[in-house]
Amino acid sequence: MKRFWITSLLFIGVIALVAGGSSQAQAQNKSVILATTTSTQDSGLLDILIPIFEKDTGYFVKTIAVGSGQAMAMGQKGEADVLLVHSPAAEKKFMEEGFGVERRLVMHNDFVIAGPAEDPARIKGLKSATEALKKIAAARALFLSRGDNSGTHAKEKAVWKAAGVQSEGQKWYQETGLGMGQTLNVAGEKKGYTLTDRGTYLALAKTLKLDILVEGDAVLLNIYHVMEVNPQKWPKVNIEAAKAFADFMVSAKAQDVIKTFGVDKFGSPLFFPDAGKTVENLGK
Amino acid sequence: MDLIIEGIIKAFWLLVSFDPEVLGITLLSIKVSGTATLISLVIGISVGASVALTRFPGRSIVVSLINTGMALPPVVVGLFVTISLWRNGPLGFLGILYTPLAMIVAQAVIATPIVTGISLAAVQQLPAKLRLQILALGATRRQMVWILIKEAKLSLLAAIMAGFGGVISEVGASIMVGGNIKGYSRVLTTATVMETGRGNFDVAIALSIILLLLAYLINLVLTQVQQRERPR
Repeated sequence: MKRFWITSLLFIGVIALVAGGSSQAQAQNKSVILATTTSTQDSGLLDILIPIFEKDTGYFVKTIAVGSGQAMAMGQKGEADVLLVHSPAAEKKFMEEGFGVERRLVMHNDFVIAGPAEDPARIKGLKSATEALKKIAAARALFLSRGDNSGTHAKEKAVWKAAGVQSEGQKWYQETGLGMGQTLNVAGEKKGYTLTDRGTYLALAKTLKLDILVEGDAVLLNIYHVMEVNPQKWPKVNIEAAKAFADFMVSAKAQDVIKTFGVDKFGSPLFFPDAGKTVENLGK
Repeated sequence: MDLIIEGIIKAFWLLVSFDPEVLGITLLSIKVSGTATLISLVIGISVGASVALTRFPGRSIVVSLINTGMALPPVVVGLFVTISLWRNGPLGFLGILYTPLAMIVAQAVIATPIVTGISLAAVQQLPAKLRLQILALGATRRQMVWILIKEAKLSLLAAIMAGFGGVISEVGASIMVGGNIKGYSRVLTTATVMETGRGNFDVAIALSIILLLLAYLINLVLTQVQQRERPR
């Protein structure tokens, strides 16, 4: 009777311990919290860059992949040390309000408008993204928005604004509130249009029933910056580690990895390294 | 359909090849959820048995609170645990946000009301005369409680299964407090969410199958133990 009871408890104990393996919390000054966007994680880029950084410096990177909006909110609360984001207007505000130390250009790729091959709004091949959105609105064709304050969502809202269309609240305009990969899947299943970064689109292209319909417009540039969170606002920020990570992202070593990342898998790079350049010179 | 078959094949290969990453993720899932369940058992059975065996004013309010806790949504737990553990939050000095330890804490918070509620019901439904009988035979109060817990063991095993099942399958809290950090706080459920987002449906299906297998194996063993003793 007693034996039975002990064995069942022991069993639970054993399975907990068998897993063993010490994943002790790393010393605090050796770990750095990187708040970044889902696109850098979903494309697989960080899986390659971070081990290199960790090996070179001995820091342990805790990557929290959220939308750019949430990443910057974490920075504003001092809950992240360094940010890798792609929402330039919000980043400028972040810096102006003194939450960041330095903002450096890392890389870019571009956004594209993806949609079903049938293309009910007839936007395929248009050179202007605003034109394309106007046609989607006129055709009342289904459009899937991230709706999550991410960098992609911010860009999409800016283009809607430029097109002069009040999209929110319309029946044909739906917000998923999900990451880019999941939103693309929703758009694929529902045969809707969506604005996506090229990297995530390419990573998912093989299982998606969506084509790239509009690309190459200058407003569709997708620019990533790295920013350290200001330790004067939040003393607990690990500024040494944050600076080391930001320096690494613009170093020749990381930039080389970015330049070739994805070439073997997709035939073309997913990101273009831009360290040291200015935003004005991108895409030229 | 092809996708599901591909996923099953992928799961098979990941399992037989002992893929180190998948193995690590699986072991971490067991470790985090197993530890959280253990903690919830200690707290849940003590509190459940105490409430079942005592009468005090406001008891029905406490019982209904425990029963409501059984339906505590993991994301709500995740949100509050995250805010508490923030560096600049009330428990920030612990410095455990985005660690497996934080996931254990969150999962223990989820599992404890489940175990408490089932333990309470289990001990309470024992015949009232049994208590008198045990005391009449000269047992101390402590001995009586221990005997009652043993009497209720079949139901208590159900509490373990429900608690463990609740936390091993939970994703909302784990992703918020653990951060899904590669090789560190990534568990089966959070990895499945991420691989789905990446469009790696075969891997996502493979991870789901491993999760189901794991849940099945653990419940199989517990059920064996439970069913070995037939109720009288």
